[in-house]
Amino acid sequence: MESTALLQKVTAGMAFRGTPASLLSSSSASSHVARIKLGSRSVIRAVSRLSGLTVKATHLNAYGFGTMPHNSTALKTVNKAVAVKTETGSTATAQQGHELLLFEALREGLEEEMERDPTVCVIGEDVGHYGGSYKVTKGMAEKFGDLRLLDTPIAENSFTGMAIGAAMTGLRPIVEGMNMGFLLLAFNQIANNCGMLHYTSGGQFTIPIVIRGPGGVGKQLGAEHSQRLESYFQSVPGLQMVACSTPYNAKGLMKAAIRSENPVILFEHVLLYNLKERIPDEEYVLCLEEAELVRPGQDITILTYSRMRHHVLQAVKTLVSKGYDPEVIDIRSLKPFDLFAIGNSVKKTHKVLIVEECMRTGGIGASLRAAIMENFFDELDAPIGCLSSQDVPTPYAGPLEDLTVVQPPQIVFAVEQLCKH
Amino acid sequence: MALIRRAGRSLSMLKRSSLFHGKQKKQRQQPIVSPSLPNLTPHLPSSLIRLQINTTYSAIPRGISSCSFRSSYIPNRLLTSEAQPKLPDEGIDDTQFLDFPGVKNTAFTCDLKFVSEKSEEVPCYRVLSELGEPVDGAKLPQMADALALRIYENMITLQVMDYLFYEAQRQGRFSFYMTCSGEEAAIVASAAALSNEDVIFAQYREQGALMWRGFDLQEFAHQCYSNSADYGKGRQMPIHYGSKKHNFVTISSPIATQLSHAVGAAYSLKMDRKDACAVTYFGDGATSEGDFHAAMNFAAVMEAPVLFICRNNGWAISTPITDQYRSDGVATKSRAYGMRSICVDGNDALAVYSAVKSARSMAISESRPILIEVLTYRVSHHSTSDDSTKYRSGEELSHWKVMRDPVVRFRRWLEGNGWWNRQKDTELQSHSRKKIIAAMMNAESMKKPPLSDLFTDVYDSIPTNLKEQESYVREAVAKNPNLYPSDVPL
Repeated sequence: MESTALLQKVTAGMAFRGTPASLLSSSSASSHVARIKLGSRSVIRAVSRLSGLTVKATHLNAYGFGTMPHNSTALKTVNKAVAVKTETGSTATAQQGHELLLFEALREGLEEEMERDPTVCVIGEDVGHYGGSYKVTKGMAEKFGDLRLLDTPIAENSFTGMAIGAAMTGLRPIVEGMNMGFLLLAFNQIANNCGMLHYTSGGQFTIPIVIRGPGGVGKQLGAEHSQRLESYFQSVPGLQMVACSTPYNAKGLMKAAIRSENPVILFEHVLLYNLKERIPDEEYVLCLEEAELVRPGQDITILTYSRMRHHVLQAVKTLVSKGYDPEVIDIRSLKPFDLFAIGNSVKKTHKVLIVEECMRTGGIGASLRAAIMENFFDELDAPIGCLSSQDVPTPYAGPLEDLTVVQPPQIVFAVEQLCKH
Repeated sequence: MALIRRAGRSLSMLKRSSLFHGKQKKQRQQPIVSPSLPNLTPHLPSSLIRLQINTTYSAIPRGISSCSFRSSYIPNRLLTSEAQPKLPDEGIDDTQFLDFPGVKNTAFTCDLKFVSEKSEEVPCYRVLSELGEPVDGAKLPQMADALALRIYENMITLQVMDYLFYEAQRQGRFSFYMTCSGEEAAIVASAAALSNEDVIFAQYREQGALMWRGFDLQEFAHQCYSNSADYGKGRQMPIHYGSKKHNFVTISSPIATQLSHAVGAAYSLKMDRKDACAVTYFGDGATSEGDFHAAMNFAAVMEAPVLFICRNNGWAISTPITDQYRSDGVATKSRAYGMRSICVDGNDALAVYSAVKSARSMAISESRPILIEVLTYRVSHHSTSDDSTKYRSGEELSHWKVMRDPVVRFRRWLEGNGWWNRQKDTELQSHSRKKIIAAMMNAESMKKPPLSDLFTDVYDSIPTNLKEQESYVREAVAKNPNLYPSDVPL
């Protein structure tokens, strides 16, 4: 079986570029893989027999590529499209790779790209000597200089505009918003220029910028600092949006976003910066348009991203003990959606639950529901469930704030309800 | 007795402490023992620090509570390692130096006085009179006849093109146009002072600058007709030109967004150490936008080589200057941001050329931004969607149109030098007219952009969702061919 060669070819340090379409259409390898039934135990056994390893059943990504445990002897590939959850403990006695926190993973990705390409620079408030409000750029100003880690005055619209102008004249800037909510001030530049100028100039000017920053509901930060901007930006044509949730995908997505020719908004979460994980030593770049299969299952597809992934995984523990077998997909790519991976999952489980942090109205969940309904209506046995925050500004008081965010017991209950169908 | 002595000592201590602002006493020469002490007041000029040492004020500003005399005195002695010049006893202000971090060079005052809202007068630079003659005492810039004639020819072609395209819009050939009547000298002469490597970020009335760079009349026509030969692939409104090879960034409609872009481009050029600057044009109305203020501030803080050229033409659609800002002109605003500026007579092509050339070399060599206010008048309507007779008097309009034409002024100077004559003028006008009409006819006959161009360039490659949407549109077109214009390619 050519799976091994396929795995090696596709995964050995390759930077995933292109869209799901390119992965779908021509390459025979991927179409071959696509026909493998996801999560089937026979596949896992076959693959493990081939490579002489025990493959844990939980790790098979959306395209059916097997994941090797860390101490793989047969294949030295880095194909972990799936992150290892720290809560369940490491799968194997993994000593390869190094452990770090999410903000350090972002910094590692950033540093590697800045070393690789001298046109990459960071623009934002307090990113220089201060090292960034969340210490993502700590130590980098000493290494790369003040000009490449540019401290700006407080004018988000203008430094975003500045980044757009710099991108049009050859640089690859990364705009750091101190908090995603402040990027609302940059909405004019993002909506009117960033997403548009490549199109309106007839392709003459490209804007390869990355806009990143922490968003989402934190620990009592107040309403203005708890914005979920993915809802507002998802409509802007010309933008790509990705959300990271683990150190592994944070670093990979950061690198992919910097290398992309399109403007990319990378959504980080305030509460995930201190998440610890062991990531590979080798260089890896993830695909911006790909979703991540976190846990394969049979009963229901749970779609989620960012912090809610961790709430979902907590709920999954309870669900598994109750005898359910949910499939968890971290959609990662918020614009465009990875409907290929999602569709495959829906065709298997026939039930969908979306767990998100956005507001009910006009959030990512709302768009995702519409997309799934439009494309996979015949596959659904039940209406698509969607758990999201209420349409209220996030209150400060702790208990009230917790009530606005979807909690694991609610997820468990929703799954139980949907599985009754 | 001991008490009195102690009191006496305390008094002398008090005199020498920072609490008592007495007259200066020259400090006695101390042996040279100076360990390296941190410079606690780096924001102060060293002359002031020297002053503070000589006056025996504490080097460390202290409040009343921290009155440890010995510890404040000893560092002072160690800082002095050589004899200081004796300061005159009279004429020194009692005022204590100001060391707040927020300001650099200022002093305290006990006069309750407000800073006036009226700024210092900014003179307007010009070298040619209204009749095209050099003004007394003016030093004309070096301009060869070839360059001067090229500027003039450009201005004439621009005028003819504006006139014909405006008429074309009125005839329904395309939907929108903006002329720059009255501002030709401001735009063309400023563009002439730049190099082709300088990146231009324009507002919407600077087609003259693009023409100067070499944008063909045919290319102008293609963009206005939004046909398949348009570099923008028919995606932007008319007059929203953009050409990467001419270093002219595609025009974006919202006002003043290009100012931040220009600062970013200047930052990029500075990082690459290129011998070029970023140039951005905008009108008086744009100075009210938040982007203007932030971009000016950014450029100054970042020391970016960018030229901010403000075409102050007196009107923002129907809003006159008095309703736009209360400062006296735009050049005076730069001082608030710590930036240099100049105010130029925008209808004097020579002055504009000279000022921009000088500003450009300053911007690049000193890596600083410069604001150039170019005073002019908007003879044209704001656009084809505007009728300016509704808000301004016919007399004002005809005065500026007839009596203050910048092109005529420059022509008079050329004729004065013997470089131009009437006959050449009529020839140029008719030649331009023919060329432009031919370009328009050609552009009109070209096909419109194909349907496939609706979905390309949104991203670098077309994603699946857009491919789906495209197939949906193609299906709709195939099902109802009568609803879709037959001459537009797919």
